[in-house]
Amino acid sequence: MTTFLRKTHPTTSRLFTTALLSAAVMGASAQAFAQEDDDPIKVGILHSLSGTMAISETVLKDTVELLIEQQNEAGGLLGREIEPVVVDPASDWPLFAERARELLEQEEVDVIFGNWTSVSRKSVLPVVEELNGLLFYPVQYEGEESSENVFYTGAAPNQQAIPAVNYLHDEVGVERWVLAGTDYVYPRTTNRILEAYLKEEFDVADEDIMVNYTPFGHSDWQNIVSEIGRFGSEGKKTAVVSTVNGDANVPFYRELGNQGIDAADIPVVAFSVGEQELTGIDTAPLVGHLAAWNYFMSVDSDANYEFIDAWIEHTGEDDAVTNDPMEAHYIGFNMWVEAVEKAGTTDVDAVKEAIIGVTVPNLSGGSAAMMPNHHITKPVMIGEIQDDGQFAVVWETPSTVAGDAWSDYLPGSRDLISDWRKPMECGNYNVAENRCMGSDAEEQAEEALAED
Amino acid sequence: MRIPCYAVTTRIVTCLLISLLSWLPMTAAAQEQDGQALLEALDTRSFDDKSEAITAIIESEHERADVWLQALLDSDLQRLKDDGRFVIAVDSAGLDVSIEDAITGESMDDVTRRDLDRLTINNALRSQLRSAISLVELYAGDRDARLDAAEGLIGDVEEDQVEPLTNRLDEEPSAAVRDRLNQALAVYRLNQGDVEAVEVLSGSLNSNIRVALNRAAQSDDPLVVDAATAALADIEQNLKISRAAETLYFGLSMGSVLVLAAIGLAITFGVMGVINMAHGELIMLGAYTTWAMQQLLPGQPGLALILAIPAGFMVSALVGVAIERGVIQFLKGRPLETLLATFGVSLILQQLVRTVISPQNRTVITPEWMSGSLVVNDALSLTLNRMYVIGFALVVFAALILVMRRTRLGLEVRAVTQNRAMARSMGIRATRVDIMTFALGSGVAGLAGVALSQLTNVGPNLGQSYIIDSFMVVVFGGVGNLWGTLVAGMSLGVINQVLEPWAGAVLAKIIVLVFIILFIQKRPRGLFPQKGRAAEG
Amino acid sequence: MWLTRPFNERSTQIFLLVLTVAVTAVTILHLAVPAGHPLYVSGYTVGLLGKYLTYALLAVAVDLVWGYLGILSLGHGAFFAIGGYAMGMYLMRQIGDRGTYGDPILPDFMVFLNWDSLPWYWYGFDMAWFAFAMVLLAPGALALVFGWLAFRSRVTGVYLSIITQAMTFALMLAFFRNEMGFGGNNGLTDFRELLGFDLRSGATRLGLFIASGVALALGYVICRSIVASKLGRVCVATRDAEARTRFLGYRVERFQLFVFVVSAMLAGVAGALYVPQVGIINPSEFDPLFSIEIVLWVALGGRASLYGAVIGAVLVNYAKTVFTGVMPDAWLFALGGLFVFVTVFLPKGVAGLLARRARRRDDPDATPEKEATA
Repeated sequence: MTTFLRKTHPTTSRLFTTALLSAAVMGASAQAFAQEDDDPIKVGILHSLSGTMAISETVLKDTVELLIEQQNEAGGLLGREIEPVVVDPASDWPLFAERARELLEQEEVDVIFGNWTSVSRKSVLPVVEELNGLLFYPVQYEGEESSENVFYTGAAPNQQAIPAVNYLHDEVGVERWVLAGTDYVYPRTTNRILEAYLKEEFDVADEDIMVNYTPFGHSDWQNIVSEIGRFGSEGKKTAVVSTVNGDANVPFYRELGNQGIDAADIPVVAFSVGEQELTGIDTAPLVGHLAAWNYFMSVDSDANYEFIDAWIEHTGEDDAVTNDPMEAHYIGFNMWVEAVEKAGTTDVDAVKEAIIGVTVPNLSGGSAAMMPNHHITKPVMIGEIQDDGQFAVVWETPSTVAGDAWSDYLPGSRDLISDWRKPMECGNYNVAENRCMGSDAEEQAEEALAED
Repeated sequence: MRIPCYAVTTRIVTCLLISLLSWLPMTAAAQEQDGQALLEALDTRSFDDKSEAITAIIESEHERADVWLQALLDSDLQRLKDDGRFVIAVDSAGLDVSIEDAITGESMDDVTRRDLDRLTINNALRSQLRSAISLVELYAGDRDARLDAAEGLIGDVEEDQVEPLTNRLDEEPSAAVRDRLNQALAVYRLNQGDVEAVEVLSGSLNSNIRVALNRAAQSDDPLVVDAATAALADIEQNLKISRAAETLYFGLSMGSVLVLAAIGLAITFGVMGVINMAHGELIMLGAYTTWAMQQLLPGQPGLALILAIPAGFMVSALVGVAIERGVIQFLKGRPLETLLATFGVSLILQQLVRTVISPQNRTVITPEWMSGSLVVNDALSLTLNRMYVIGFALVVFAALILVMRRTRLGLEVRAVTQNRAMARSMGIRATRVDIMTFALGSGVAGLAGVALSQLTNVGPNLGQSYIIDSFMVVVFGGVGNLWGTLVAGMSLGVINQVLEPWAGAVLAKIIVLVFIILFIQKRPRGLFPQKGRAAEG
Repeated sequence: MWLTRPFNERSTQIFLLVLTVAVTAVTILHLAVPAGHPLYVSGYTVGLLGKYLTYALLAVAVDLVWGYLGILSLGHGAFFAIGGYAMGMYLMRQIGDRGTYGDPILPDFMVFLNWDSLPWYWYGFDMAWFAFAMVLLAPGALALVFGWLAFRSRVTGVYLSIITQAMTFALMLAFFRNEMGFGGNNGLTDFRELLGFDLRSGATRLGLFIASGVALALGYVICRSIVASKLGRVCVATRDAEARTRFLGYRVERFQLFVFVVSAMLAGVAGALYVPQVGIINPSEFDPLFSIEIVLWVALGGRASLYGAVIGAVLVNYAKTVFTGVMPDAWLFALGGLFVFVTVFLPKGVAGLLARRARRRDDPDATPEKEATA
């Protein structure tokens, strides 16, 4: 019995502490108050290092480590050293919540950079809210969320999908649309928004929109590609808007190439294919297909070259690539640093308040600002795949676009806005009903009344 | 007199035709000066300006114009960063790029990539360049090029092109090209409301012609409407046949992938009764071998692929033998434990690939002769890579049947399968037979991997996505029966592809799985149950 | 009474004692020891242990069918997940109008995917009794139908393993579909309260931990009583020689079906307790990989010994927690190696080792041959 106990509790924590940290011991919180100046500031990194998502997420962990290194070289933060605390949620969604709790409760980190998939974010969300942590989420996502404790540095649908569709409609003259996606929440929501947007803004008829969902890792695309080919040969310019995720892309593009569907005839614009994903694909047959992002490695700016050089040095690989979520972490990290300096403390509530309005340079030569809805401003770029695995930017929004947490094109969220500044402090305020939806605000008010 | 040329592709055609008619030699010096200015105009960020610059080049009648256009299309037209000279990359396979001067055509010293600025193009420019080049081809190219060019003109003919194209019709030697040109002209006439054009067009499955007929069927002239509607009905009938043939082809191709993935399992599971959960990883190793061969032989993806066939077989067979000797032999007669142990092996192999090679997918190049498709008619073309896979699957299957039926090994395997003790007492070394059988099954998995590398991702998870399907095929077909595996794989592939357009990819797969589960309840031994004593084991 | 019989067994007494002491100790150390003290058990650890306990219950359920009935189910994760979904649906309905869109009936994911009304199979899940009944009935019904079909046509051994795997795979694909109305890949999350207790409070988590302990004890006793009864002996006979048992006149498939259904229900309960503790249920619990992992827990702990299954589940998951924290790359090597090692060198698992030691102490003259036949 005693062995059972001894095995599970103290050793767990001790093992973690000794392995992951150098200095901190249990009860660090007590010490933290006493000698705040000497203790390092802890930054949690919550990216999968094993399992299916490791392909995408490992580089983000390295990115945050690089940023921390650079910040420490530049003198740290508030005169203190920054220390990364890395945990591995192993692409297992419940494990994300568990690890987040570990970071916040056991390690007492001041901020977490992490997550890739929507489901992992949804899993972590209640924990971060309960323990009042800070989470910077760096990946483009479906929107429809605004948490007091989460900062969304990736693109919302209006910062990626909608500008891409505008480009195809205005510049390429597309009239027929294939919305192809992997069957999960991000493509579902994005495609709903796009469908509504196309009908509302461009008067696209129902028969000119084809929606198709495939499972994760789908490998047999023959039927779908042939259907796309037929759909596109009805005399109207057709484009595919692809929210196909990860591994399914290689066989998809291969089938497109083999069935002779050329980018010049039916271009595919992808929202989930970046430089990292292209490293596993022979890009020669894909030249001309498009991707919409807020950053491309090929962007011509000094900040970008500097970052690429640092990244290549950090990884030690000459052919290491950078991508959009990495830039999002670059922005998010610098915003957090700036906000901490502005607030003079790493205290979560102070940083939350200070960070709104903070503006930092992005990698494409402009700058990004944190908006009151916890989303940031981003330029939107369309790139065409080149035969060297890079994208050539063919179009860019004239100015940056502010992220919209709640889409105007979904009936459920049309009336919702998000503003975390005082006095509203609400992530989903219904302007039609003039109240903060769904939160505990009402309950709290009642409780306050009861106390009176 | 010059007709103003805009960025509209069809207009370029006209411009080019006129340029061709009024070809005038120019002095070399003027050419050079002119060339620099023409190319200079291309070096702009705006794609509209680039488009105009391309038009200017076409108009310029410069003797190297076609070389530039082709180079621009291939992304080979570049500019030296230091002196701003325009160059064309001749060979950019290695780290250094060999280049030649774009204007004079003289070859220059090699440079590195970083010394060059590429002139980028977008899809619109790509089409513009292609149609310009293809139009030149219509006059100068070989038969296939002329055919492509003529086909590209269907639905794209403008008024001022009718005369030159009609003239071309008389000069064109190839009947097929003439047909295409006739159709192109007929579509133009149909758009003008000419009923007789319908006759030329009826029966064609070309999508542009269908579009034109559809438009005609909605026009005001009742004569035209009737003719077009009749022609369309005819076409629709043909299309249905093509589509059914296409679905069958898709089904067979998916089926052949299933057969390839499962046939190795049919040997180890069916013949030996060993559940090898690491089978998927053996497939993965075959795919990685293909990748490795292509790394070893850069620039020769086709040769590498062919060499990967024996290499993939050997690698997987050797790993298979290692698994058999290291794990499975200790678990003889305990199939469920074998299942668990080999599952452990599969985890180790996966992680090994992740650690040693990379967690990222690897790029496997499709050789030229496997890309593209075989055009049967305008509505039906069969993708070549899948056709090769179907053929490969059948060859592997036939070879296996031969091995099992006609060789001593096959005889011994069958003997050991049916009655191990008896076989041993007849002097067959059962252990050796076990090893050979397992090596054979594993090697075939490697072959499946070589084939799959041409269809899907080559990554650590490759095997996982096929293991359940493979088991289903073997169980459905009847354990211990290679023919059963073939029939089961092919029919599951076809069923899946027939269901897919109607039910969607996910539901089709679920339906097939449920179908198999229910089928097993009805006939627990599969489609072709093994008969006799062996079945009792 | 058959249900009380296990209490007379020494192994059951020890197991229950160990479990009770462990749960009580954790509770006391969590509540009474001040934070920062080396003996303090944090809320995080309590949650972790609670999760292990639900896994242990799941392992007991698997051991019941594999160890005593000889059915290697590679699809028990499906029953676990279905129980979890039943609980998740109840928890979703409990959110009420506090969701982000403030819809009193529809869960958030339905609102933003434009569902206009609640699908029929969501009815009733706003009532706790109904949902809790479903935790038992839904996995039970699936096991009943599946088992009835399979056992009736005498699908056994490897074939059964493969089709159970196909079953959970098909269910995973189905639950991934958003049209199913179970939240697709995102699953169900953002739970607020259970029976009125706030799920975001430490006290509720402690309560759930204790409940998991109680459920494990109950599940253990139920399984033990089945195993120790006459029915259990028929099961073991079926495992060892199905045909012979049939010839003796037993309707083997009925015994198989009964035990299979009980096991599925236990798995469902485990899932239902798991979900509020980890805060999310999504289709990845249907992953065939997870189901195979459960079997490994049992194999490591010792097949056909219920306490072995518990030990195995806790050991493997503890190792997973440690490994993925310290050396993420090494975890799959370790797990894979464990599979091979246990099946080849440790066929009776940890429990087998313990039993051997115990026996040697009792009877120093015991020969290995005797053990092997035992």
